[in-house]
Amino acid sequence: MAKIEVRNLSKIFGRRPKPALEMLKEKKSKDEILKETGLTVGVNRATFDVNEAEVFVIMGLSGSGKSTLVRLLNRLIDPTEGQIQIDGDDLAKMNDEQLREVRRKKMSMVFQKFGLFPFRTILQNVEYGLEVQAISKEERHQKAMEALKLVGLEGYEEQYPDQLSGGMQQRVGLARALANDPTVLLMDEAFSALDPLIRKDMQDELLDLQAKMQKTIIFITHDLDEALRIGDRIMIMKDGAVVQIGTPEDILMHPADDYVSRFVEDVDRSKVYTAEHIMTRPETVNIDKDGTRVALQRMRDADISSVYCVNRSRQLQGIVHAADIAEAVKRDERDIVPYVQKDVPTCSLDTPMHDLFNLTSTSSVPIAVVGEDNKLEGIVIRSKILSALSGKEVNEIE
Amino acid sequence: MSNAWESFYDWFDAILDFMPELPVGDWIEAFVEWLQNAAWLFMAIRGTVAFVTDVFNGFFSLIPPILFILILTAVGYLLVRKTGKFGLPILIFFGLLFIESIGYWDDLILTLSLVLTATLISIIIGIPVGIWMGRNDMVRNIVTPILDFMQTMPAFVYLIPAVAFFSIGIVPGVIASVIFAVPPTVRLTNLGIRQVPAELIEASDAFGSTPGQKLFKVQLPMAKVTIMAGVNQTIMLALSMVVIAAMIGTDGIGRQVYYAVGRNDLAMGFEAGISLVILAIILDRLTQALNPDKRAS
Ligand SMILES: Nc1ncnc2c1ncn2[C@@H]1O[C@H](COP(=O)(O)OP(=O)(O)OP(=O)(O)O)[C@@H](O)[C@H]1O
Ligand SMILES: [Mg+2]
Repeated sequence: MAKIEVRNLSKIFGRRPKPALEMLKEKKSKDEILKETGLTVGVNRATFDVNEAEVFVIMGLSGSGKSTLVRLLNRLIDPTEGQIQIDGDDLAKMNDEQLREVRRKKMSMVFQKFGLFPFRTILQNVEYGLEVQAISKEERHQKAMEALKLVGLEGYEEQYPDQLSGGMQQRVGLARALANDPTVLLMDEAFSALDPLIRKDMQDELLDLQAKMQKTIIFITHDLDEALRIGDRIMIMKDGAVVQIGTPEDILMHPADDYVSRFVEDVDRSKVYTAEHIMTRPETVNIDKDGTRVALQRMRDADISSVYCVNRSRQLQGIVHAADIAEAVKRDERDIVPYVQKDVPTCSLDTPMHDLFNLTSTSSVPIAVVGEDNKLEGIVIRSKILSALSGKEVNEIE
Repeated sequence: MSNAWESFYDWFDAILDFMPELPVGDWIEAFVEWLQNAAWLFMAIRGTVAFVTDVFNGFFSLIPPILFILILTAVGYLLVRKTGKFGLPILIFFGLLFIESIGYWDDLILTLSLVLTATLISIIIGIPVGIWMGRNDMVRNIVTPILDFMQTMPAFVYLIPAVAFFSIGIVPGVIASVIFAVPPTVRLTNLGIRQVPAELIEASDAFGSTPGQKLFKVQLPMAKVTIMAGVNQTIMLALSMVVIAAMIGTDGIGRQVYYAVGRNDLAMGFEAGISLVILAIILDRLTQALNPDKRAS
């Protein structure tokens, strides 16, 4: 049996939702229903299972009903129709007391804007879910400290949320959710408010925690990369309805319709493109025949301050800088070899663009792309990476 | 065109003719008379209000003026110690010393007791009503126009029913002050509760809070600063009303102002007036200093 079973779940916003439910059954669209009745379809007859200990990602465009769906799962929003079973118990039929029990023991939520209580310290925030259960002070404290340790925030107990960075605040949000030791974690765009790098850290951290704890995680995101990174299965929603459910491979290889393929197209380019796509043909000097004057002339013509050196069979030898060569020319030295610097940044043809970005940011010269036999195939310059990232032309590769 | 207008006027006149002059005044009088049946209730209110005022006044009178001044100055100093705005303790010290030196100390103590009593009652009534409004749209829709009405009514109109029910003296003064001063506390409590970000409400629900836990652990702490701003306004309004209530025989500094006006005594009027201003500023600054943003430290 699945951990969570959702059957035919619908949510209509507005008074007297019955006519809209009828229209959904007649397969009318969300827009038509809004126009004819003024009612908004939040979720449209969603049916799916979430398995124990999986990371189930829900994706969809803005307004597709992701937040509504996840709030139906802990009944922050009451369903208009349909069933939600958790461990076999129907959530929709529970009274307030039973519902509170489920929220306290089984499910916790992590919020997009963290949802921390600003007047409580970090420790008091993490203790909140235990405090409402009237758990003793010592036990509360001990569990909260454990949760803070899990997310790497020891030592911050007495701070207030606004003293912490966004990434740290969301760790607190996560710790608060974990302190109750729930079996289900609901995360509504939990990492969307974070900077890209911190976001990636948090994704890694979540995966680490998940490896240890084996929770059932329902994770909402806008971002396909995030979905692919952390999801065991991905569900794609459109206008409140479920369009496709599958493993990341399923979704990438067999998109159910145009809507899904458009999502898939947007996969982060920096992971798809490699050095080969964005390298340019380099100016070079051949140390076996060219001298200092030729090298200097080439740099002047191309308006560059350094040039890569190769030998007769185009194997990379190093780089020379205009300043050094100009000195040599003044002293009337012809041989270029003493001025060649061997320590140059290199990459191979299939180095992903993502890594190139880090390389170029620490290097003052272009990156040499070397192929088999140490042959210089091309160079990568920073501006080309930027234009490729923004969707400009890249090299065709046969 | 003009014809149409004329016929409209005719029609309007006809309606006015038809409308009887509503005897609103009579109704209210009748209502007030009917209320007097509940005499025991008014006796009880009277007793309680008088008792609370006496407790305050009796307590303050026990303290020698100079000690009182020093204590309040120390309190003021402690409150502003971190912010470094030492104007407050200085104002308290010299302001109160001035009032004592011109011989209004007893009046000051009484006025302060009246204000504190009126404020206390306003808080006891106002905060729960504000909370109720904040959590229930229907209650808000009913209470808001009542508050508007209470605040647009000229202040001394409240003196009339107050006298009708509680005769003259201190008690009707306090009651009129409460009616006049309670709206800001109610309004700002409501506002404070409603301003709590939706995500925090969701967070508290999602962790399984009962409605009471949500109120005391999330909504009220979040609304605290706003509520205190309302209480501050309530104190200031109570003070102004306690002065007006001199007209129905409420003692205190207001009485001195009232006498001075009656006797056209400019010197006395200014002395009493300045004393009131000093008290007002002290009360205002003290309550504001009591309400810092705790997280900002
Ligand atoms: N309280 C509400 N009252 C009325 N309509 C609502 C309410 N909450 C959401 N909706 C509507 O329901 C639909 C789904 O909204 P929802 O917030 O679930 O989308 P979402 O997928 O989470 O979008 P986003 O990515 O922008 O967060 C939208 O059309 C929205 O306007
Ligand atoms: Mg959302």
